[in-house]
Amino acid sequence: MSFTSYEFIAFLAAIFLLYYLIPKRFRWMLLLAGSTLFYAWAGVEFLLYIFFTALTTWGAGLWIGSINRRRRERFDAEKATMDREAKKAYKAATKRKTRWIFLACLLINLGILAVIKYSDFVIQNINDIFDANNAFMNFAVPLGISYYTFKSMGYLIDINRGKYEPQKNPAKFALFVSFFPQVIQGPISRYDYLSQTLFEGHDFNSTKVKKGFVRVLWGFCKKLVIADRLVPIVKTLAKGSDQYQGAFVLLLIFLYAIQLYADFTGGIDIAIGIGEMLGIKSEENFITPYYSKNINEYWTRWHITMGSWFKDYIFYPISVSKWMLKLSKNAREKLGKGVGKRIPVYLANIIVWFATGLWHGAAWTFIVWGMLNCVVTVASYEMEPLYGRFHNRFKWSNTAVYNVWQMIRTFWIMGAIRILDVYRDVPVSFSQVGSIFTTGGYGRLFSGELFTLGISAADFVVVLLGIAAMLWVSIVFYRNGNKKRFRDYLMEKPFAVQGLVMAGLLIIVLIFGAYGIGYDANAFIYNQF
Amino acid sequence: MEELLEILEELHPEVDFETCDTLIDDKILDSFDIISIVTEVNSVFDVAIPAEELLPENFNSAKALWDLIERLQDE
Repeated sequence: MSFTSYEFIAFLAAIFLLYYLIPKRFRWMLLLAGSTLFYAWAGVEFLLYIFFTALTTWGAGLWIGSINRRRRERFDAEKATMDREAKKAYKAATKRKTRWIFLACLLINLGILAVIKYSDFVIQNINDIFDANNAFMNFAVPLGISYYTFKSMGYLIDINRGKYEPQKNPAKFALFVSFFPQVIQGPISRYDYLSQTLFEGHDFNSTKVKKGFVRVLWGFCKKLVIADRLVPIVKTLAKGSDQYQGAFVLLLIFLYAIQLYADFTGGIDIAIGIGEMLGIKSEENFITPYYSKNINEYWTRWHITMGSWFKDYIFYPISVSKWMLKLSKNAREKLGKGVGKRIPVYLANIIVWFATGLWHGAAWTFIVWGMLNCVVTVASYEMEPLYGRFHNRFKWSNTAVYNVWQMIRTFWIMGAIRILDVYRDVPVSFSQVGSIFTTGGYGRLFSGELFTLGISAADFVVVLLGIAAMLWVSIVFYRNGNKKRFRDYLMEKPFAVQGLVMAGLLIIVLIFGAYGIGYDANAFIYNQF
Repeated sequence: MEELLEILEELHPEVDFETCDTLIDDKILDSFDIISIVTEVNSVFDVAIPAEELLPENFNSAKALWDLIERLQDE
């Protein structure tokens, strides 16, 4: 059931009404029933996958948690009599006990994800290398498998680290894993954050409901009015790579950046807004990402929950692992301090970006996309001292104008890398970006051809107005230090103004929605990941 | 503490690490800096900071980081 379908609107209305009608203690059960129905809509058989992951993770978490708790109790009772070595030995012995439970659960669930999502990619590569003809597995991919697997594994790692106590109730844990607004495209919530508001029944709070509703409507506007309207032109430019080069590639980079932003942040607005209407808080997934001044900053503002997942559960553990520190120490002794210091950062960065690329999809374009991000990240890290000197030497480089230049530069670099996702072909992507510097085409573009690419002049006007609206909303947020959003200001206005804005957004979605809800709305781009 | 301050100042000479207590909150230290600090601390103090201790509250100030090192030395 897509967010942009009639069924979903009816489903959401029913959940919302029932949630506030039934006694508080039953409300989380309603959400679990709703999430199960939502998931089963994509295929009842898929429930097996998600609930298998939920059940195994819940069981392993409970087991590890009980071992850790017993260790803590004994440790606290005996630590006064232990020396440093004894404490270390005691900790190591407990870790050994939990290690196998932890690894078994981790490998089983990541194994399922790997087999379902990547086996055909591996077979395809084997066939290509050995000129073989092995049959494909053609697994049906369960809805949101990357998202719910990451959510569950994050919980498992946290429990293994003793960060918080495990959830004792398997049904509550199943709700955390399958919570319907988040299951298709995130945010990838952390258990300690989401559980604070997920299980308790909330009082009806009209401000929260209105704010959530405005956010949901704004999400629909971004998705249906802006993102979906750009689909035909993006498809035309992507498919006609031999025909549309130079200026057309620049246009495609710009339009796809807008489409992806409107699509993904729109979906996340709907997901977070639904939660807000029910009194449930989710982590933010975007904080004005296109205002980033460099790529490292960009990745702390775009798809934040995915980036922080990779940082906390892959980047940090790899870079501070014993073998990495040992490697760093050896390199430091033999090759100097600079090399020794860089080895953990670079190796972990390569692994993380490879994994991030693969997470987005089983294709070489995504792997190359990940590696390009890795190269730019490392280059930006290496250039930091140079930039520091530059900013000290030239004071004008600290002005607002220069900041805007940095934002524009980052926007285009990220857009150029992202183009791999559009062409879905590595050599074509590179040659197309190269054509920006070798082929013109500006005359063609502005002599009327712009309006023959799939969308009309009227559509362009709607898109431009949409971009202006997104820009205005994000500037309001950015200018107050990303603390207060447009919705927060709206709640300070009289109810009549709030009602007008809500009605306005609703009318915009209904009239200007590219295809109209339930007709032929395109799937969210990030659903496929 | 002096040695720790030297490590930090080498990374960001422009920052006053003795007074700043928002190193993570204000995004002065990024993930690359944190790993550099962990490898330096390991090399200078022979203390391995595990991944589960890489938390904002442990890296927000030089004092918090020093407390962490002392605690790990003690464990």
